[in-house]
Amino acid sequence: MNPWAVYALSGVAMFSVGLVGLFSHEHPVKRILASNIAGSGVLLVLVALARREPTGAPDPVPHALVLTGIVVSVSATALGVALARRIARIDATAKAESTGASDPEAGGGSA
Amino acid sequence: MTAALLDACLALCLPLLAWLVLRTESLSQSVVLFVAMGLLSALAWARLDAPDISLVEAAVGTGLTGALLMHTLSWTDERPPDVAARARHRPWAVVAMAALTGMLGWAVLSLPSDDPGLTREVDAHLAESGVEHPVTAVLLNYRGYDTLLEIAVLLVAVLGARAVNPRSERTTPEPSRDPLTGELFRMMTPALLLVAGYLVWVGEHGPGGAFQAGAILAGGGVVALLTTRLGTPRMSSWRVRWALLTGPLLFIGAAVAPLFSGRALLEYREAQAGTVIFVVELALTVSIAMVLWMFFPGMRPARAERSGKEPS
Repeated sequence: MNPWAVYALSGVAMFSVGLVGLFSHEHPVKRILASNIAGSGVLLVLVALARREPTGAPDPVPHALVLTGIVVSVSATALGVALARRIARIDATAKAESTGASDPEAGGGSA
Repeated sequence: MTAALLDACLALCLPLLAWLVLRTESLSQSVVLFVAMGLLSALAWARLDAPDISLVEAAVGTGLTGALLMHTLSWTDERPPDVAARARHRPWAVVAMAALTGMLGWAVLSLPSDDPGLTREVDAHLAESGVEHPVTAVLLNYRGYDTLLEIAVLLVAVLGARAVNPRSERTTPEPSRDPLTGELFRMMTPALLLVAGYLVWVGEHGPGGAFQAGAILAGGGVVALLTTRLGTPRMSSWRVRWALLTGPLLFIGAAVAPLFSGRALLEYREAQAGTVIFVVELALTVSIAMVLWMFFPGMRPARAERSGKEPS
Protein backbone atom coordinates (compact mmCIF):
# COMPACT_ATOMS: atom_id res chain seq x y z
CA MET A 1 0.00 0.00 0.00
CA ASN A 2 1.23 3.53 -0.73
CA PRO A 3 2.50 5.48 2.27
CA TRP A 4 -0.06 8.22 1.64
CA ALA A 5 -2.89 5.67 1.77
CA VAL A 6 -1.65 4.40 5.15
CA TYR A 7 -1.76 7.90 6.62
CA ALA A 8 -5.06 8.73 4.92
CA LEU A 9 -6.69 5.67 6.50
CA SER A 10 -5.15 6.58 9.84
CA GLY A 11 -6.65 10.07 9.51
CA VAL A 12 -10.04 8.61 8.65
CA ALA A 13 -9.90 6.39 11.74
CA MET A 14 -8.94 9.38 13.93
CA PHE A 15 -11.83 11.39 12.52
CA SER A 16 -14.30 8.61 13.32
CA VAL A 17 -12.95 8.17 16.85
CA GLY A 18 -13.21 11.91 17.44
CA LEU A 19 -16.69 12.27 15.97
CA VAL A 20 -18.14 9.35 17.93
CA GLY A 21 -16.38 10.63 21.06
CA LEU A 22 -17.93 14.04 20.52
CA PHE A 23 -21.40 12.54 20.65
CA SER A 24 -20.85 10.09 23.49
CA HIS A 25 -19.24 12.39 26.06
CA GLU A 26 -20.91 14.96 28.27
CA HIS A 27 -17.90 16.55 29.93
CA PRO A 28 -17.12 19.80 28.08
CA VAL A 29 -13.33 19.33 28.18
CA LYS A 30 -13.69 15.82 26.77
CA ARG A 31 -15.85 17.21 24.01
CA ILE A 32 -13.21 19.81 23.19
CA LEU A 33 -10.61 17.04 23.07
CA ALA A 34 -12.85 14.95 20.83
CA SER A 35 -13.43 17.77 18.36
CA ASN A 36 -9.69 18.42 18.26
CA ILE A 37 -9.05 14.76 17.48
CA ALA A 38 -11.64 14.75 14.70
CA GLY A 39 -10.03 17.91 13.30
CA SER A 40 -6.54 16.38 13.37
CA GLY A 41 -7.92 13.40 11.46
CA VAL A 42 -9.28 15.62 8.71
CA LEU A 43 -5.98 17.49 8.46
CA LEU A 44 -4.06 14.20 8.26
CA VAL A 45 -6.26 13.05 5.35
CA LEU A 46 -5.68 16.37 3.55
CA VAL A 47 -1.89 16.23 3.91
CA ALA A 48 -1.81 12.57 2.91
CA LEU A 49 -3.79 13.39 -0.24
CA ALA A 50 -1.31 16.17 -1.02
CA ARG A 51 1.45 13.54 -1.17
CA ARG A 52 -0.18 11.41 -3.85
CA GLU A 53 2.31 12.07 -6.60
CA PRO A 54 5.26 9.87 -5.60
CA THR A 55 7.97 12.06 -7.18
CA GLY A 56 8.72 15.72 -6.58
CA ALA A 57 7.42 18.14 -3.97
CA PRO A 58 3.97 17.65 -2.40
CA ASP A 59 1.04 19.90 -3.35
CA PRO A 60 1.52 23.15 -1.37
CA VAL A 61 -2.15 24.21 -1.50
CA PRO A 62 -3.46 21.62 1.01
CA HIS A 63 -0.40 22.37 3.15
CA ALA A 64 -1.38 26.02 3.37
CA LEU A 65 -4.98 25.00 4.12
CA VAL A 66 -3.82 22.73 6.92
CA LEU A 67 -1.61 25.45 8.43
CA THR A 68 -4.66 27.70 8.52
CA GLY A 69 -6.68 24.82 9.94
CA ILE A 70 -4.33 24.18 12.85
CA VAL A 71 -4.30 27.83 13.87
CA VAL A 72 -8.09 28.10 13.59
CA SER A 73 -8.52 24.92 15.63
CA VAL A 74 -6.35 26.30 18.44
CA SER A 75 -8.50 29.44 18.52
CA ALA A 76 -11.65 27.30 18.58
CA THR A 77 -10.15 25.32 21.44
CA ALA A 78 -9.32 28.49 23.37
CA LEU A 79 -12.85 29.82 22.92
CA GLY A 80 -14.31 26.44 23.89
CA VAL A 81 -12.17 26.27 27.02
CA ALA A 82 -13.18 29.81 27.97
CA LEU A 83 -16.87 28.95 27.57
CA ALA A 84 -16.49 25.70 29.51
CA ARG A 85 -14.75 27.60 32.30
CA ARG A 86 -17.56 30.13 32.43
CA ILE A 87 -20.13 27.32 32.61
CA ALA A 88 -18.17 25.64 35.40
CA ARG A 89 -18.09 28.90 37.35
CA ILE A 90 -21.82 29.50 36.93
CA ASP A 91 -22.52 25.92 38.02
CA ALA A 92 -20.29 26.32 41.08
CA THR A 93 -22.04 29.57 42.06
CA ALA A 94 -25.44 27.94 41.64
CA LYS A 95 -24.40 24.98 43.73
CA ALA A 96 -22.95 27.19 46.48
CA GLU A 97 -26.16 29.22 46.56
CA SER A 98 -28.43 26.20 46.77
CA THR A 99 -26.39 24.60 49.57
CA GLY A 100 -25.62 27.86 51.40
CA ALA A 101 -29.16 29.16 51.66
CA SER A 102 -31.59 26.90 53.53
CA ASP A 103 -34.37 27.97 51.21
CA PRO A 104 -33.00 28.38 47.70
CA GLU A 105 -36.09 30.24 46.49
CA ALA A 106 -35.85 32.91 49.19
CA GLY A 107 -32.23 33.87 48.60
CA GLY A 108 -32.30 34.70 44.89
CA GLY A 109 -30.78 37.83 43.43
CA SER A 110 -27.23 37.64 44.78
CA ALA A 111 -24.65 37.45 42.00
CA MET B 1 11.50 -1.13 4.68
CA THR B 2 12.33 0.68 7.93
CA ALA B 3 10.47 3.71 6.63
CA ALA B 4 7.41 1.62 5.80
CA LEU B 5 7.51 0.13 9.29
CA LEU B 6 7.72 3.59 10.85
CA ASP B 7 4.81 4.75 8.71
CA ALA B 8 2.72 1.76 9.73
CA CYS B 9 3.55 2.28 13.41
CA LEU B 10 2.68 5.98 13.33
CA ALA B 11 -0.51 5.36 11.39
CA LEU B 12 -1.59 2.74 13.92
CA CYS B 13 -0.58 4.68 17.01
CA LEU B 14 -2.44 7.88 16.12
CA PRO B 15 -6.01 6.48 16.11
CA LEU B 16 -5.12 4.25 19.05
CA LEU B 17 -3.95 7.23 21.13
CA ALA B 18 -7.04 9.16 20.03
CA TRP B 19 -9.17 6.31 21.30
CA LEU B 20 -7.26 6.23 24.61
CA VAL B 21 -7.60 10.01 25.06
CA LEU B 22 -11.37 9.68 24.97
CA ARG B 23 -11.59 6.45 26.92
CA THR B 24 -9.45 7.40 29.92
CA GLU B 25 -11.43 8.39 32.98
CA SER B 26 -8.92 10.75 34.50
CA LEU B 27 -8.91 14.11 32.77
CA SER B 28 -5.21 14.78 33.41
CA GLN B 29 -4.29 11.48 31.80
CA SER B 30 -6.31 12.22 28.73
CA VAL B 31 -4.69 15.67 28.38
CA VAL B 32 -1.22 14.12 28.60
CA LEU B 33 -2.19 11.45 26.06
CA PHE B 34 -3.53 14.19 23.80
CA VAL B 35 -0.20 16.01 23.91
CA ALA B 36 1.59 12.74 23.11
CA MET B 37 -0.76 12.25 20.17
CA GLY B 38 0.06 15.75 18.94
CA LEU B 39 3.80 15.06 19.05
CA LEU B 40 3.34 11.84 17.10
CA SER B 41 1.24 13.64 14.53
CA ALA B 42 4.06 16.21 14.18
CA LEU B 43 6.24 13.23 13.22
CA ALA B 44 3.60 12.08 10.76
CA TRP B 45 3.56 15.52 9.10
CA ALA B 46 7.34 15.33 8.79
CA ARG B 47 7.04 11.89 7.17
CA LEU B 48 4.55 13.32 4.69
CA ASP B 49 7.07 16.01 3.61
CA ALA B 50 5.20 18.82 5.34
CA PRO B 51 7.86 20.49 7.54
CA ASP B 52 5.82 23.73 7.82
CA ILE B 53 2.88 21.87 9.29
CA SER B 54 5.14 19.84 11.52
CA LEU B 55 6.56 23.03 13.04
CA VAL B 56 3.13 24.57 13.60
CA GLU B 57 1.71 21.36 15.01
CA ALA B 58 4.55 21.00 17.50
CA ALA B 59 4.32 24.65 18.62
CA VAL B 60 0.61 25.47 18.36
CA GLY B 61 -1.34 22.24 18.00
CA THR B 62 0.52 20.50 20.78
CA GLY B 63 2.42 23.11 22.80
CA LEU B 64 -0.14 25.88 23.24
CA THR B 65 -3.22 23.65 23.05
CA GLY B 66 -1.57 21.40 25.62
CA ALA B 67 -0.90 24.34 27.94
CA LEU B 68 -4.49 25.55 27.54
CA LEU B 69 -5.91 22.10 28.27
CA MET B 70 -3.56 21.58 31.23
CA HIS B 71 -4.91 24.82 32.58
CA THR B 72 -8.44 23.42 32.45
CA LEU B 73 -7.37 20.83 35.02
CA SER B 74 -7.18 23.62 37.59
CA TRP B 75 -10.90 24.36 37.48
CA THR B 76 -12.50 21.08 36.46
CA ASP B 77 -12.69 18.03 38.66
CA GLU B 78 -9.70 15.80 38.25
CA ARG B 79 -11.95 12.77 38.26
CA PRO B 80 -15.29 13.93 37.01
CA PRO B 81 -18.37 11.94 37.94
CA ASP B 82 -18.42 8.71 35.98
CA VAL B 83 -21.57 9.58 34.11
CA ALA B 84 -20.12 12.80 32.83
CA ALA B 85 -16.58 11.91 31.83
CA ARG B 86 -16.62 8.31 30.72
CA ALA B 87 -18.22 7.60 27.40
CA ARG B 88 -21.57 6.19 28.21
CA HIS B 89 -21.29 2.65 27.07
CA ARG B 90 -23.46 2.41 24.09
CA PRO B 91 -23.12 -0.50 21.74
CA TRP B 92 -23.86 1.72 18.75
CA ALA B 93 -20.74 3.83 19.36
CA VAL B 94 -18.27 1.15 18.24
CA VAL B 95 -20.50 0.05 15.36
CA ALA B 96 -20.91 3.64 14.18
CA MET B 97 -17.17 4.22 14.42
CA ALA B 98 -16.36 1.12 12.36
CA ALA B 99 -19.00 1.92 9.76
CA LEU B 100 -17.83 5.52 9.42
CA THR B 101 -14.17 4.46 9.12
CA GLY B 102 -15.02 1.86 6.50
CA MET B 103 -17.12 4.22 4.42
CA LEU B 104 -14.72 7.15 4.51
CA GLY B 105 -11.71 4.86 4.04
CA TRP B 106 -13.31 3.39 0.93
CA ALA B 107 -14.02 6.89 -0.38
CA VAL B 108 -10.42 8.01 0.20
CA LEU B 109 -8.90 4.88 -1.38
CA SER B 110 -11.06 5.21 -4.47
CA LEU B 111 -9.44 8.57 -5.30
CA PRO B 112 -6.90 8.51 -8.15
CA SER B 113 -3.54 7.57 -6.64
CA ASP B 114 -1.22 9.85 -8.63
CA ASP B 115 -3.00 13.19 -8.76
CA PRO B 116 -0.43 16.01 -8.46
CA GLY B 117 -3.15 18.49 -7.47
CA LEU B 118 -2.18 22.10 -8.03
CA THR B 119 1.59 21.56 -7.74
CA ARG B 120 2.26 22.48 -11.38
CA GLU B 121 0.19 25.67 -11.29
CA VAL B 122 1.93 26.81 -8.12
CA ASP B 123 5.37 26.06 -9.55
CA ALA B 124 4.58 27.84 -12.81
CA HIS B 125 3.73 31.11 -11.04
CA LEU B 126 6.26 30.90 -8.22
CA ALA B 127 8.56 33.42 -9.93
CA GLU B 128 5.79 36.07 -9.87
CA SER B 129 4.86 35.54 -6.23
CA GLY B 130 7.85 37.35 -4.74
CA VAL B 131 8.88 34.42 -2.52
CA GLU B 132 10.64 31.15 -3.22
CA HIS B 133 8.83 28.83 -0.83
CA PRO B 134 5.60 27.48 -2.39
CA VAL B 135 3.69 27.21 0.92
CA THR B 136 4.43 30.86 1.79
CA ALA B 137 3.45 31.84 -1.75
CA VAL B 138 0.08 30.12 -1.36
CA LEU B 139 -0.51 31.52 2.13
CA LEU B 140 0.36 35.17 1.47
CA ASN B 141 -0.02 35.64 -2.25
CA TYR B 142 -2.27 33.19 -4.13
CA ARG B 143 -4.63 32.57 -1.25
CA GLY B 144 -4.13 35.77 0.69
CA TYR B 145 -7.87 35.88 1.39
CA ASP B 146 -7.63 32.78 3.55
CA THR B 147 -4.86 34.20 5.68
CA LEU B 148 -6.58 37.58 5.97
CA LEU B 149 -9.79 35.96 7.15
CA GLU B 150 -7.88 33.61 9.41
CA ILE B 151 -6.32 36.50 11.30
CA ALA B 152 -9.83 37.93 11.67
CA VAL B 153 -10.97 34.59 13.13
CA LEU B 154 -8.09 34.74 15.62
CA LEU B 155 -9.05 38.27 16.70
CA VAL B 156 -12.72 37.34 17.14
CA ALA B 157 -11.75 34.23 19.12
CA VAL B 158 -9.51 36.16 21.51
CA LEU B 159 -12.19 38.82 22.01
CA GLY B 160 -14.75 36.09 22.71
CA ALA B 161 -12.50 34.21 25.09
CA ARG B 162 -11.77 37.42 27.01
CA ALA B 163 -15.38 38.56 27.00
CA VAL B 164 -16.82 35.45 28.61
CA ASN B 165 -14.15 35.42 31.31
CA PRO B 166 -13.49 39.06 32.17
CA ARG B 167 -11.99 38.02 35.47
CA SER B 168 -8.97 36.66 33.70
CA GLU B 169 -7.96 40.29 33.17
CA ARG B 170 -6.62 40.21 36.68
CA THR B 171 -2.89 40.09 36.92
CA THR B 172 -1.23 36.84 37.77
CA PRO B 173 -1.44 36.52 41.55
CA GLU B 174 1.99 35.32 42.56
CA PRO B 175 4.55 33.70 40.28
CA SER B 176 6.29 30.56 41.39
CA ARG B 177 9.36 31.25 43.47
CA ASP B 178 11.24 28.34 42.03
CA PRO B 179 14.68 29.81 41.14
CA LEU B 180 15.28 27.18 38.47
CA THR B 181 12.34 28.05 36.24
CA GLY B 182 13.04 31.79 36.47
CA GLU B 183 16.67 31.26 35.53
CA LEU B 184 15.65 28.92 32.72
CA PHE B 185 13.33 31.55 31.32
CA ARG B 186 16.07 34.18 31.41
CA MET B 187 18.40 31.87 29.51
CA MET B 188 15.66 30.87 27.09
CA THR B 189 14.55 34.37 26.07
CA PRO B 190 17.40 35.30 23.69
CA ALA B 191 17.22 31.90 22.01
CA LEU B 192 13.45 32.24 21.61
CA LEU B 193 13.74 35.66 20.01
CA LEU B 194 16.49 34.44 17.72
CA VAL B 195 14.51 31.38 16.61
CA ALA B 196 11.36 33.47 16.02
CA GLY B 197 13.27 36.05 13.99
CA TYR B 198 14.95 33.34 11.96
CA LEU B 199 11.62 31.64 11.23
CA VAL B 200 10.06 34.87 9.87
CA TRP B 201 13.08 35.51 7.71
CA VAL B 202 13.41 31.94 6.42
CA GLY B 203 9.70 31.77 5.46
CA GLU B 204 10.57 33.50 2.20
CA HIS B 205 12.55 30.53 0.87
CA GLY B 206 11.98 27.60 3.20
CA PRO B 207 9.71 26.13 5.88
CA GLY B 208 8.84 28.86 8.38
CA GLY B 209 6.83 32.04 8.57
CA ALA B 210 4.60 34.21 10.69
CA PHE B 211 2.57 31.42 12.30
CA GLN B 212 5.55 29.39 13.41
CA ALA B 213 7.38 32.45 14.73
CA GLY B 214 4.27 33.80 16.46
CA ALA B 215 3.64 30.45 18.10
CA ILE B 216 7.18 30.30 19.46
CA LEU B 217 6.95 33.84 20.86
CA ALA B 218 3.58 33.01 22.43
CA GLY B 219 5.04 29.87 23.98
CA GLY B 220 7.77 31.99 25.56
CA GLY B 221 5.06 34.37 26.76
CA VAL B 222 3.19 31.56 28.50
CA VAL B 223 6.37 30.46 30.26
CA ALA B 224 6.91 34.10 31.29
CA LEU B 225 3.40 34.24 32.80
CA LEU B 226 4.12 31.16 34.85
CA THR B 227 7.60 32.04 36.05
CA THR B 228 8.03 35.81 36.21
CA ARG B 229 6.15 38.70 37.76
CA LEU B 230 4.81 39.74 34.40
CA GLY B 231 1.01 39.93 34.53
CA THR B 232 -1.42 38.80 31.86
CA PRO B 233 -1.67 41.36 29.05
CA ARG B 234 -4.78 43.46 29.58
CA MET B 235 -7.19 44.10 26.79
CA SER B 236 -7.70 47.63 28.15
CA SER B 237 -4.07 48.60 27.52
CA TRP B 238 -3.43 50.58 24.34
CA ARG B 239 -0.13 48.87 23.74
CA VAL B 240 -1.84 45.46 23.74
CA ARG B 241 -4.53 46.74 21.39
CA TRP B 242 -1.93 48.03 18.95
CA ALA B 243 0.00 44.77 19.09
CA LEU B 244 -3.20 42.88 18.35
CA LEU B 245 -4.17 45.17 15.48
CA THR B 246 -0.88 45.92 13.65
CA GLY B 247 -0.93 42.65 11.71
CA PRO B 248 -4.55 42.76 10.54
CA LEU B 249 -4.45 46.51 9.77
CA LEU B 250 -1.23 46.29 7.77
CA PHE B 251 -2.52 43.24 5.94
CA ILE B 252 -5.78 45.00 5.07
CA GLY B 253 -3.76 48.01 3.89
CA ALA B 254 -1.59 45.80 1.69
CA ALA B 255 -4.70 44.05 0.37
CA VAL B 256 -6.61 47.24 -0.45
CA ALA B 257 -3.68 49.25 -1.89
CA PRO B 258 -3.69 47.47 -5.30
CA LEU B 259 -7.33 48.55 -5.80
CA PHE B 260 -6.21 52.17 -6.22
CA SER B 261 -4.02 51.33 -9.20
CA GLY B 262 -6.67 49.35 -11.02
CA ARG B 263 -5.66 45.86 -9.92
CA ALA B 264 -7.62 43.28 -7.96
CA LEU B 265 -7.71 42.94 -4.18
CA LEU B 266 -4.46 41.40 -2.87
CA GLU B 267 -2.86 41.54 -6.32
CA TYR B 268 0.60 42.78 -5.40
CA ARG B 269 2.87 44.38 -7.97
CA GLU B 270 5.36 41.72 -9.00
CA ALA B 271 8.46 43.77 -8.20
CA GLN B 272 7.26 44.70 -4.70
CA ALA B 273 5.57 41.41 -3.78
CA GLY B 274 8.57 40.09 -1.83
CA THR B 275 8.90 43.22 0.32
CA VAL B 276 5.14 43.51 0.92
CA ILE B 277 4.94 39.87 1.98
CA PHE B 278 7.89 40.22 4.34
CA VAL B 279 6.50 43.34 6.03
CA VAL B 280 3.05 41.78 6.36
CA GLU B 281 4.58 38.62 7.82
CA LEU B 282 6.57 40.62 10.33
CA ALA B 283 3.46 42.49 11.51
CA LEU B 284 1.40 39.28 11.52
CA THR B 285 4.02 37.62 13.72
CA VAL B 286 3.50 40.28 16.39
CA SER B 287 -0.29 40.01 16.26
CA ILE B 288 -0.38 36.21 16.12
CA ALA B 289 2.01 35.97 19.07
CA MET B 290 -0.18 38.41 21.04
CA VAL B 291 -3.43 36.58 20.21
CA LEU B 292 -2.04 33.14 21.02
CA TRP B 293 -0.52 34.48 24.22
CA MET B 294 -3.79 36.07 25.31
CA PHE B 295 -5.65 32.79 24.84
CA PHE B 296 -3.84 31.60 27.91
CA PRO B 297 -5.90 32.78 30.90
CA GLY B 298 -2.81 33.54 32.94
CA MET B 299 -4.28 32.76 36.33
CA ARG B 300 -2.11 30.28 38.10
CA PRO B 301 -3.81 26.92 38.65
CA ALA B 302 -5.86 26.91 41.84
CA ARG B 303 -4.13 23.85 43.19
CA ALA B 304 -0.68 25.37 42.77
CA GLU B 305 -1.91 28.54 44.45
CA ARG B 306 -3.05 26.65 47.47
CA SER B 307 0.17 24.71 47.81
CA GLY B 308 2.12 27.94 47.29
CA LYS B 309 0.33 29.64 50.17
CA GLU B 310 0.96 26.88 52.65
CA PRO B 311 4.49 27.88 53.74
CA SER B 312 3.56 31.52 54.45
